[in-house]
Amino acid sequence: MRPLTEEETLVMFQKIAKYIGENLQLLVDRPDDTYCFQLHNYRVYYVSENILKLAANISGNKLVSLGTCFGKFTKTHNFHLHVTALDYLAPYAKYKVWIQSTQDCRKVDPLAIVVFHQADIGEYIRHEETLT
Amino acid sequence: MEAPNVEELLVQAERDEAQKLQRITVHKELELEFDLGNLLASDRNPPTTVRHAGATPEAELRALARDNTQLLINELWQLPTERVEEAVVARLPEPSTRLPREKPLPRPRPLTRWQQFARLKGIRPKKKTNLVWDEASGQWRRRWGYKRARDDTKEWLIEVPGGADPMEDQFAKRIQAKKERVAKNELNRLRNLARAHKMQVPSAAGLHPTGHQSKEELGRAMQVAKVSTASVGRFQERLPKEKAPRGSGKKRKFQPLFGDFAAEKKSQLELLRVMNSKKPQLDVTRATNKQMREEDQEAAAQRKKMSQKGKRKGGRPGPGGKRKGGGPPSQGGKRKGGLGGKMQSRPPGVGGKRRGGVQPHGGKRRK
Repeated sequence: MRPLTEEETLVMFQKIAKYIGENLQLLVDRPDDTYCFQLHNYRVYYVSENILKLAANISGNKLVSLGTCFGKFTKTHNFHLHVTALDYLAPYAKYKVWIQSTQDCRKVDPLAIVVFHQADIGEYIRHEETLT
Repeated sequence: MEAPNVEELLVQAERDEAQKLQRITVHKELELEFDLGNLLASDRNPPTTVRHAGATPEAELRALARDNTQLLINELWQLPTERVEEAVVARLPEPSTRLPREKPLPRPRPLTRWQQFARLKGIRPKKKTNLVWDEASGQWRRRWGYKRARDDTKEWLIEVPGGADPMEDQFAKRIQAKKERVAKNELNRLRNLARAHKMQVPSAAGLHPTGHQSKEELGRAMQVAKVSTASVGRFQERLPKEKAPRGSGKKRKFQPLFGDFAAEKKSQLELLRVMNSKKPQLDVTRATNKQMREEDQEAAAQRKKMSQKGKRKGGRPGPGGKRKGGGPPSQGGKRKGGLGGKMQSRPPGVGGKRRGGVQPHGGKRRK
């Protein structure tokens, strides 16, 4: 387990910025608690400081995971984002749609709406005050 | 009828003579200064005709050059001549102008170990003859070097000395001794050189076999020996059960686990700011590498042009057949320097984003 190097941080930030853009600094610099990115077995974990201090007491080969796994680095140092990061990325995402669950999709007829907020032009008119 | 012709001819001849003399004699207000050793003539007259010429002074300049060259040649004709192989040659005097040095004076080197010792003991170098009489071959041979007089490695018969093992190869022993002497000499030469340049010589201080070395020392000596090959140990075989050495890769240093969280946060925010700034950032290392590569390519192209020019000029006076052979190889040779390598005409906008990002494996870095 170790903190990320400059190059690794850059690659990861470039990937995440594709989804949340400038809001990435809200992930790095949080008002409530200090969170950091740690690398363990090629995977990047987003973990708060006190959890990290506890995890340091576990030996490296026995430690499976800590905090939230954001993704992993491949052998050629590319970064793949995992779905476990969704909970942290969703509030800051620039463009989002909501989708019906798979079971509902299967039950419902072919012409029903499955994706919500897709190309929602009326969203601005409805939520003008909150969206500015 | 003939008389006026003869008169005319004589007048014509006189006029021709006068013209010739006019050409040879040049009138100058100030005499020129000559340095015939360097074939130099210095003209101190003010160039009024050239100044008054205006925009195109070519004719005046040419006239000036002709006059000055004529005066120089006149002086040369006054020198003592001699004959060298069917050519009349003038003997030039010593040059009087002192030309400046091309390179600075060499700085004094520190004395070698032998020179220090000799100075201490007061030993002077004894003058020795270059050739020595060799009885065995019956001719004069040089004292040392190729085909020297007493080369003990070239003996065809060696008596086994009294106390030696009869099975020992005396010839191999002599060759081995010679190699050791050469190696020792080379080592001393390099040490002297290192002392002169105040550099450090890599020494095999703890790696000689002493008989009582610890396991770690032996292991270290073995590792060094493995890596001391021309391919830096890449093709050295291992014993059947020998394990690969661990920790022989490049060492990387990482930040400590509980480093300064605030500092880490700050550096990450700075990184984000740079990333979002949308302006191409100058990567100094890559810029300098690119510049150095361009300079190297230019130098290589220049060298190629020089060598091509020289080859072409040398081939021209030869017969036609030879010219054909000489032409294509010099041009079809390695031209990788000029065309290969990265493209030079990269638009700045495209290059900028790439320069801003740093490769995770790290590009080629030159110190």
